[in-house]
Amino acid sequence: MSMDRKTFLKLGGCGLAAAVAGNKLAGLVQIAGGQSAPGEKTLRASRWAMVIDTRKCQRADGCDACIRACHEAHNVPSIPDPRREIKWAWKDRFEHAFPELETSPLPGDVRERQVLLLCNHCANPPCVRVCPTRATWKRQSDGIVMMDWHRCIGCRYCVAACPYGSRSFNWFDPRPYIRNMHAEYPTRTRGVVEKCTFCEERLAEGRLPACVEACPEKALVFGDAADPNSEVSQLLREQFALRRKPELGTEPQVFYLL
Amino acid sequence: MFMFEKAIVGSRRYWVWVACLLGLIVAGLLAYLRQLSYGLGITGLSRDVTWGLYIAQFTFLVGVAASAVMVVLPYYLHNFKVFGKVTILGEMLAISAVTMCMLFILVDMGQPARVWNVVLHPTPNSIMFWDMISLGGYLILNAIIALVTLRAERNAVAPPGWVKPLILLSIPWAISIHTVTAFLYSGLPGRPFWLTAVMAPRFLASAFSSGPALLILLCMIMRRVTWFDVGREPIQKLGLIVTYAMVVNVFLVLMELFTTFYSGIPEHRRHFEFLFVGYQGQAQLVPWMWTSVGLAVLALLLLLVPRYRHNDRLLAVACVATFISLWIDKGLGLIVGGFVPTPLGTVAQYFPTLLETLITLGVWAFGLLLITIFYKITLSVREALAY
Repeated sequence: MSMDRKTFLKLGGCGLAAAVAGNKLAGLVQIAGGQSAPGEKTLRASRWAMVIDTRKCQRADGCDACIRACHEAHNVPSIPDPRREIKWAWKDRFEHAFPELETSPLPGDVRERQVLLLCNHCANPPCVRVCPTRATWKRQSDGIVMMDWHRCIGCRYCVAACPYGSRSFNWFDPRPYIRNMHAEYPTRTRGVVEKCTFCEERLAEGRLPACVEACPEKALVFGDAADPNSEVSQLLREQFALRRKPELGTEPQVFYLL
Repeated sequence: MFMFEKAIVGSRRYWVWVACLLGLIVAGLLAYLRQLSYGLGITGLSRDVTWGLYIAQFTFLVGVAASAVMVVLPYYLHNFKVFGKVTILGEMLAISAVTMCMLFILVDMGQPARVWNVVLHPTPNSIMFWDMISLGGYLILNAIIALVTLRAERNAVAPPGWVKPLILLSIPWAISIHTVTAFLYSGLPGRPFWLTAVMAPRFLASAFSSGPALLILLCMIMRRVTWFDVGREPIQKLGLIVTYAMVVNVFLVLMELFTTFYSGIPEHRRHFEFLFVGYQGQAQLVPWMWTSVGLAVLALLLLLVPRYRHNDRLLAVACVATFISLWIDKGLGLIVGGFVPTPLGTVAQYFPTLLETLITLGVWAFGLLLITIFYKITLSVREALAY
């Protein structure tokens, strides 16, 4: 595990503080039917979106604070076999993130950049369209593509349908591979699909997604794309942003600044 | 009940065959228990290739099931008397094939105990929902039709009038099961290999050659090992159906190749490159795919030249070649080829494991056992009538 003592303490401290505050103010997160109950402090939006500044996200030390924060917060197992990995967020080469630009000339170091990948929370998600049990669905109130792993039958149709490789299947019991179990978030059983949920359980408590909070470079900006005054909307007005495979009509809500 | 008593009397050879099938079924069951307790991690599947042998068998067998329509339609719509003795055999083959399809879906599920969720939360926007309806309906239709017509045959009377509408309904229903199964794949935006309007027609063409080819082989086996001989004419007519369907199938494959390679769109081309020449150094399916091509060419040669097709031995070779060629094409190439290269442009490997293969063989053995029992019952009914 590549984590120095300082980051470890910082992360641990943040987690502890958040857990204590969370317990005091809102009680334990209640996740029923795959989603958390909203409260007074809940952050609300019509269409949650994320802007990832790939220029800021290129620290020489190969920073992965966002991925670690996400995977710790959600009890994502660390499975050594890459063929059976569970990934809610991960970094990949630029040409894997944007395979259609593989042969295009690109300025500067763009091609060498590592790109943070996660569920795109598409406005028009193919995974939701194909699910035979509505175990994954698009939440109308804020556009998050939700996932109920208590209903999922494990047919993996959504995995085949996702054009971004954002969904992971539990090929066996993931619990032995969880490093630091967080009691306040559910673990998964074998045979179900899981993925990023834009931290809907944290939004319900009034907190930003774990990855956004953890980024030391503030490279991740999270907000309401339907609100013209949000930071996300402002960034997208000012700068040219890429989305993954826009030609498929899925309308990803994760945007990349180059 | 259901004339099942006729299936538990038989020769020594019959019981040896049934015992072999039961052995395979038990082995498959034990392997499945292991999968139930550990998870699908016992298979060769992975993040990138999430469907494999199970779903491929399912897809192939939906075709075998649908092909019953190739005997039902001429017999009932065109009053083609030649198929009088094989029609019920086709329907029984369909029942066995659909049962295998359902079992393959079940063993592919991560949480089989939750399968009822598909009914509890019906989701019309999912093609899988419609596949459940079409497969379930087809199974029920064929079960009723086969049982009622066999009873009528036993009692030497005409089948009751009410069954005729069901038979007519089973014709478009057969087309629907393979069309809906094609839609499972051809409606996904992120999988260029499957994103083709020719998928459903191609599925039907390959089904209408592989299914009747299997039926011919089953009739020939019955001629060898039982007293029952379906006769030369039905086999030759089925051979003609195999020929036409195989020609259409190869034609549609060539259409696919033209569009892919003349347009030159890399995302589409790469899947075919992976299958036929290898991509980024991965060529695990190349020998299989060329075997499939070779067998298809051999089958077409034997089927298209009347002199060869009219020879029973060569027709049998043609049917074996057709069946294996299309099994490789649909049972290996179609599913794995759709997953590799991945949407991120990387390549992945998939090799079925021993346990996965045992489970697959177990389901096939169960299907063969059903066919054996159904045909045994039918033959016993006909034997009783003959004396």
